[in-house]
Amino acid sequence: MRALVQFYNSSVGKKLIVGLTGILLIGYLIIHLFGNLLIFRNDCGKAFDTYAEILPQVVIIRTIEIGLFLIFIFHIVTAAYTWLLNKQTRDQNYKVRKPGQTSPLTSRTMFFSGSIVFIFLVVHMRQFWYNSRYEAGEHYSMYEVVKTTFSEPVYGIFYLIAMFLLGFHLRHGFQSAFQTFGLRDKTYAPIIEWCGIIFWLLIPLGFASMPLFFLLNF
Amino acid sequence: MVLNSKIPEGPIQQKWDNHRFNIKLVNAANKRKYTIVVVGTGLAGSSAAASLAELGYNVISLCYHESPRRAHSIAAQGGINAPKNYKNDGDSIWRLFYDTVKGGDYRAREANVYRLAQVSGNIIDQCVAQGVPFGREYGGLLDNRSFGGAQVSRTFYARGQTGQQLLLGAYGALSRQINSGRVKFFGRREMLDLIVIEGQARGILARNMETGALESYIGDAVVLATGGYGNTFYLATMAKYSNGTAIWKAHKKGAFFGNPCFTQIHPTCIPLSSDYQSKLTLMSESLRNDGRIWVPKKAGDKRNPKDIPEEERDYYLERLYPSFGNLVPRDVASRRAKEMCDKGFGVGSTGLAVYLDFADTIKRNGKEWVEEKYGNLFDMYHEITAENAYETPMRIYPAVHYTMGGLWVDYNLMTTIPGLYVIGEANFSDHGANRLGASALMQGLADGYFVIPYTIGDYLASTKFPQIKPDHPAFKEAERNIQELIKKLLSIKGKQTVDEIHKRLGKVMYDHCGMARNEAGLKKALQLIPQLREEFEKFAYVAAWEYKGNGLNWELHKEPLAFEYVKPSTRSYK
Amino acid sequence: MNFTLKIWRQHDRNSKGKFVEYKASDISPDMSFLEMLDAVNRDLAKKNEDIIAFDHDCREGICGSCGLYISGRAHGPQRGVTTCELRMRHFHDGETIVVEPWRAKAFPVIKDLIVDRTAFDRVIQSGGYISVDTGSTPEASSIPIPKANAEEAMDAAACIGCGACVAVCKNSSAMLFMSAKVSQLALLPQGHAERKIRVQRMVHQMDKEGFGHCSNTYACEQECPKKISVAHITRMNREFIRAAFW
Repeated sequence: MRALVQFYNSSVGKKLIVGLTGILLIGYLIIHLFGNLLIFRNDCGKAFDTYAEILPQVVIIRTIEIGLFLIFIFHIVTAAYTWLLNKQTRDQNYKVRKPGQTSPLTSRTMFFSGSIVFIFLVVHMRQFWYNSRYEAGEHYSMYEVVKTTFSEPVYGIFYLIAMFLLGFHLRHGFQSAFQTFGLRDKTYAPIIEWCGIIFWLLIPLGFASMPLFFLLNF
Repeated sequence: MVLNSKIPEGPIQQKWDNHRFNIKLVNAANKRKYTIVVVGTGLAGSSAAASLAELGYNVISLCYHESPRRAHSIAAQGGINAPKNYKNDGDSIWRLFYDTVKGGDYRAREANVYRLAQVSGNIIDQCVAQGVPFGREYGGLLDNRSFGGAQVSRTFYARGQTGQQLLLGAYGALSRQINSGRVKFFGRREMLDLIVIEGQARGILARNMETGALESYIGDAVVLATGGYGNTFYLATMAKYSNGTAIWKAHKKGAFFGNPCFTQIHPTCIPLSSDYQSKLTLMSESLRNDGRIWVPKKAGDKRNPKDIPEEERDYYLERLYPSFGNLVPRDVASRRAKEMCDKGFGVGSTGLAVYLDFADTIKRNGKEWVEEKYGNLFDMYHEITAENAYETPMRIYPAVHYTMGGLWVDYNLMTTIPGLYVIGEANFSDHGANRLGASALMQGLADGYFVIPYTIGDYLASTKFPQIKPDHPAFKEAERNIQELIKKLLSIKGKQTVDEIHKRLGKVMYDHCGMARNEAGLKKALQLIPQLREEFEKFAYVAAWEYKGNGLNWELHKEPLAFEYVKPSTRSYK
Repeated sequence: MNFTLKIWRQHDRNSKGKFVEYKASDISPDMSFLEMLDAVNRDLAKKNEDIIAFDHDCREGICGSCGLYISGRAHGPQRGVTTCELRMRHFHDGETIVVEPWRAKAFPVIKDLIVDRTAFDRVIQSGGYISVDTGSTPEASSIPIPKANAEEAMDAAACIGCGACVAVCKNSSAMLFMSAKVSQLALLPQGHAERKIRVQRMVHQMDKEGFGHCSNTYACEQECPKKISVAHITRMNREFIRAAFW
């Protein structure tokens, strides 16, 4: 236990936690996306509704949900904590800074992009998860809820922005995690970079396709 | 005063062994009762401080920089010699010994040089064990290159950063001892005086350069490892902080200065481009392994080097020294380059440069090969001159680079002041009148790792030390004097900056005391040379100078040199 | 060439600093950045003013003493050079150049442009070496090391400890510096005996000195005058995980 606490207290340990939880969350995103893609089945949302109905009734899913929730908390708290510590490493900042010349924007804005994604997440959970779980009546159709929500421009666009920032977050986050795991060496770096495209580009695009679909009234 | 070199008895191969057996040892339990002050943290200083602390002594280590790792040993590029004979080309301790004595123009002590050659192999073992990433062959074994003045490949290297890697190795060893508490390290301190009490060196006075305060450091012996005095020439390859103050102050306190005239002019430096320049940059001599030196056959030929056809080029080193070619010793290469330029064959805008051409090597081995071996040097050359040396030949010119002279020390590396030891470039010992390439790193580390840890014990074990406190009158007096001196210097408020005066001093040195002395001096030299030769044929000696006070003449002491094993002759590299 | 310089002046550790403007005139494009400052200092000295203090020594890019934050870039705009190697030809005539010291809590300013980088030494002292006493060593060629490993170890060992990595890092992290040493010694069989304890001690000391976390922006690699790769950080992370769990 002491070793674990020591590990967590070290700078490298904390980064590892952030990376590891981050990768687990990305894993969840894939499952989430594949379920959601049922929305595009041309059956007026039947399959999607069934999926949304059955999901909470499986015990294992409920358990995983709790784990996921903890992972989220761990990711956010640790990342915010390191951000706070990092803020304190420089009493006085430079008068002239040209960070754009030495590092990509995505890498310097993880806290910002993460925060927006977090806000999105709260809204998102309230909108879909909480409502469906605790305020749903007899004839609750998730498909209908999704449709009405996404058809509303303010919501739809907010979702799109959030997905853009998620991609932004993952653009750096995915390969960065492997760097922290010590795996991004000369051989694996290009592979990680290419695989990263699935995660930072295709997944957010997949999610974004839903509000786009309803916004454009297909 | 008769200079006693204390060379041990016996045949040369056994002198060091005999000596190690005969000298007194400090009991392991007693070592912690002694404190040794080591000034400087270059190769010699770091290795000495670490090795002494490993033995159990208390060590006080000081340096001018914030960190021991910044000492100027770090700038040595080419390599370090050891007669491991890995190349099976006939190398041996004897050959390294012979080459070094001969290369030094028969002005070094045979016994010292032999010891140096003996321990040089251990240095490589030591450094490899420390994790110094020496260049290796594909089979995983250590690689060697050949270096100026040697016909065998005995030089170990870590790209063009050998000095850096060896220093970082020694710095690691020192750091380990700092961590263990046996070395107390003080950075940003400049030694301003040596404290001699009852005839023994007992400490130093140093200035804390952050606060300006003068601080006393007391020990039972003092080891100076503060480097050479090449910066008297202003434009040298030395670092700006390598100011020679420490040995000068020790000299003023009575340590004899050995062979001060022996300064080495390095042949492969980037030529001076204008007079604002603050220093010259050296490029490793290893470049001469694969580069060919030439000048146009026609004096004043200002054509682009690429337009000068092969038959109109004079590869003068290859012409004059067919067997050594471009790898003649440094002094020879420098002198010939200067001669060529003086005769008007020099190239570049100032006419003070010769070409070092890699075109043939690139044709033979490809650009990648050259890049791997010398990439950093080519980059450096490009950054300074804005010229691409892969395309056009480099321009080089000799510059002051090393001082063979230094404080006189005996076989134990002790000066004429009991308890004051001098190691590394700061002493005069092993290189005679000319140092061969890749020998400075070898000597610095030999002194620090393998000589001083033994010899200092002999002195400590056989000497009685009175208790001394920082308020001892000797410290108080030194502090007063230095305080006064600083006040005096600061109150001059002259019209010229220190740098400008230094620059002028450098010019005087270069003009009259550089590679060639002034015209009158040369004419006089022509009369003196036959006399000198006559004298030399009778005996060779070490000229050790004693400081008698400001305004008084120095007194010359001579230590006759005996050559039993190497027969002095006119050095030939044909 | 002529330049306007805005230089950070600070009397000592405890006083508050400020920017002061200076003119540098008649500067040759072949001058190094430090020689340009020498020229400014010469004029200041002649006016009996306090000269600008900056660290420097070898002036050939290897000692790691110099290090200035020049108009928003550590060691100036060129890649792979130290401040002393940087030539004025890389600036425009008439340009205003802002010169600042490295800024990090772990590198307090001592005077003007000089900072205290002894934190780096303490990180090395905590374990950045192979514990071997003088003399107790096997014959050098008894340990064959694959050339590729030796070369990579050399890449890491090229670090000059200038602190540019910390200076440019938005978190003032010393990961590149620390990892270069860990990686060098992890690549060599000689370093394996202590690999576990070494990485743990060095990370611990680095944290203690007040350096920040690494957030993998890789800016350090861009500004490193010796172009040390962040692949060494990767290896160091691996060493750290290995030390914790294996």
